[in-house]
Amino acid sequence: MIRYCYKGEGLDGIARLAQGHEAAFLVGLYRSMLRIRRIEEEIERRYHENQMKTPIHLVIGQEATSVGCCAALRTADLVYSSHRTHGAYLAKGGDLKAMLCEMHCRANGCAGSRGGSMHLIDKVAGMAGTSAVVGGAVPIATGAALAAQMKHEDRVVVVFTGDATTEEGVTSESLNFAALKRLPIIFLCENNFYSVQSPLATRQPPREIHRWAAAHDLPVALADGVNVLAVFQATQAAVARARAGEGPTFIEAPVYRFRAHGGAGDDSRMGYRDEAERAEWERVCPIKLLETYLTQRGLIQSSTMARVEAEIRDEIAEAFAFALASPNPVEADLYRHVYAD
Amino acid sequence: MPWDEGLVASLVYDRPDPSEGRILTYAQAINEALSLALDRDPAVFVMGQGVDDPSAMFGTTRGLQQRFGTARVFDTPLSEESMMGVAAGAAMNGLRPVFMHNRPDFVLLAANQLITHASKLHFMDNGQTTVPMVIWAAIGRGWGSGAQHSQAIQGILLGVPGLKIVMPSTPHDAKGLMLSAILDNNPVCVFEHRWLMRKDGVVPDGFYRVPIGKGIVRRQGRDVTIAGASHAIELGMRAATMLAADGIGAEVIDLRTIKPLDEEIVLESLRKTGRIVVVDTAWMKGGVCAEIGCLAAEKGFRDLKAPVARVGLPDIPAPAGFTLEQFYYPDAARIAASARELMEW
Ligand SMILES: Cc1ncc(C[n+]2csc(CCOP(=O)(O)OP(=O)(O)O)c2C)c(N)n1
Repeated sequence: MIRYCYKGEGLDGIARLAQGHEAAFLVGLYRSMLRIRRIEEEIERRYHENQMKTPIHLVIGQEATSVGCCAALRTADLVYSSHRTHGAYLAKGGDLKAMLCEMHCRANGCAGSRGGSMHLIDKVAGMAGTSAVVGGAVPIATGAALAAQMKHEDRVVVVFTGDATTEEGVTSESLNFAALKRLPIIFLCENNFYSVQSPLATRQPPREIHRWAAAHDLPVALADGVNVLAVFQATQAAVARARAGEGPTFIEAPVYRFRAHGGAGDDSRMGYRDEAERAEWERVCPIKLLETYLTQRGLIQSSTMARVEAEIRDEIAEAFAFALASPNPVEADLYRHVYAD
Repeated sequence: MPWDEGLVASLVYDRPDPSEGRILTYAQAINEALSLALDRDPAVFVMGQGVDDPSAMFGTTRGLQQRFGTARVFDTPLSEESMMGVAAGAAMNGLRPVFMHNRPDFVLLAANQLITHASKLHFMDNGQTTVPMVIWAAIGRGWGSGAQHSQAIQGILLGVPGLKIVMPSTPHDAKGLMLSAILDNNPVCVFEHRWLMRKDGVVPDGFYRVPIGKGIVRRQGRDVTIAGASHAIELGMRAATMLAADGIGAEVIDLRTIKPLDEEIVLESLRKTGRIVVVDTAWMKGGVCAEIGCLAAEKGFRDLKAPVARVGLPDIPAPAGFTLEQFYYPDAARIAASARELMEW
């Protein structure tokens, strides 16, 4: 049984929104999504080797939300995310080697091996932080927006959340405060319909999440989460509002994760969701959609695609080799940074 | 394998002797307790994130919804504080909720409803209302659980009046203490440890209770007492075996309940050994280690032949990385080393 079907416009939506964008921009989005996909696939492929002793929450299927959103941001803008960090981190420009070192528990990981995959951080790139506790990052991001406002910084904050995150009281409280203070923040809710193995229907009444958000008196948008351009456009509008001092926006982007909540592979077979449902969403894979558009319009040549694939492959191979050759932490590292100096 | 299931599956425990009775895993024992409680009393219900999903909370809730229906076994929104209050409200009005959390870290979101409401209401209204509820969670460890997915919060809750806290170490006790917790007329936290979920043990059929507030001697010894609960007992028993090889007799006290504490069992052992190592799965400061250390100083002072030793977590958040974890978590060898030091006095 397909519980949650795709309701977007598919390829037509891409074609409509692609108007007015340069080919180079579109190819860039494609490359960013493909890069995340290939990195995730390689993490997944190697996971059973037990070198990455860390939980993983893959974003395979959800690449368009992070890439579309971050394409509308500047480096100085800040991104916060939940446990599902890989997409946001990479799309915001987080360093791949530092990420893989973190996942391999190495001393030179982006969090010094204290965080693991749920705590990817790259302050230079504006990947400001995450929380492994659902909803934990939402008020923190709101606080970052308050700081930007109070310090008169030209900075927008984005916090990536899931559908279940909206059930946490703290999310409601943060939306209220952001609306009250007209904070420069965007709440980007990736609605993938499941919280671990619990479907939305066992957790929320049947109304759309953005309608719930609207009750907090802030502008809301529904963006097709498999259409990178739709997410880009919605974020761009929200960023413009935020920069103009007009306050927060809530964006709901329906998407699907093609893999299990955590770990490698899909777990649909366990019975909590139908494999046919995943198959239906795989037909609107965000990367395939854009690729189809680009090739149909002759905006990308097969030679370019092959080159992009090769570049990504080399980058990934080098980054993994780097991580595996990196040093482990030593005992003294454990005692550092319990308190700030 | 998602998360640390592979790790937990790889842990090796002593095999129980099948001639002593029926063998269940720790998770199966809890499942049986819940099933019995639901069957005996229509007021009992089970709620929590994913209690009805295929993973079934490590298997502890497997089959319960099929057997008892969606009204009595149900998934919840990700709304820990609200759900804790909902459980308390239902408990105050004639029901007996068992509210299950994947990890104690998530109970912290509901601290207000648990600590400031559920635990205090019976006192505040002069005994007019009771709050018979169970708050269950399994402590995480390893495979990058890290600072936000491995917190053992028993120490933080130890000072909360009106709250009971049990921490079983065997499948037998997991079942018997769960049944006692459900029948208790107060909020009872049941903290399990993920590393025990697949441990086998002899578990009697049918209904029985392990009393709340009573510890048990797991191993007799004359030289040094090792006291703790839950997974710390696993390590304590291994340490005792190591010590025996050196001719040191360690007595292992499984507290089973850490609040209210069975003071007498600790003091009695101390009268015999005069030395105590307190072990815990949580931070040493301000927790079980500190409390029992204080008990020894306060009421067992005359028996002490050596200072109290604590083996728990250092005053540091849990690191996620594997190498750092090895430095962070104490093992049986560290407990044994601590005991040997006490013997030098
Ligand atoms: C407060 C809290 N409760 C429960 C969990 C366990 N947990 C981790 S991720 C997750 C699902 C969250 O779903 P959602 O917010 O929709 O994000 P998704 O995983 O779908 O990206 C749950 C229940 C947690 N980490 N924190």
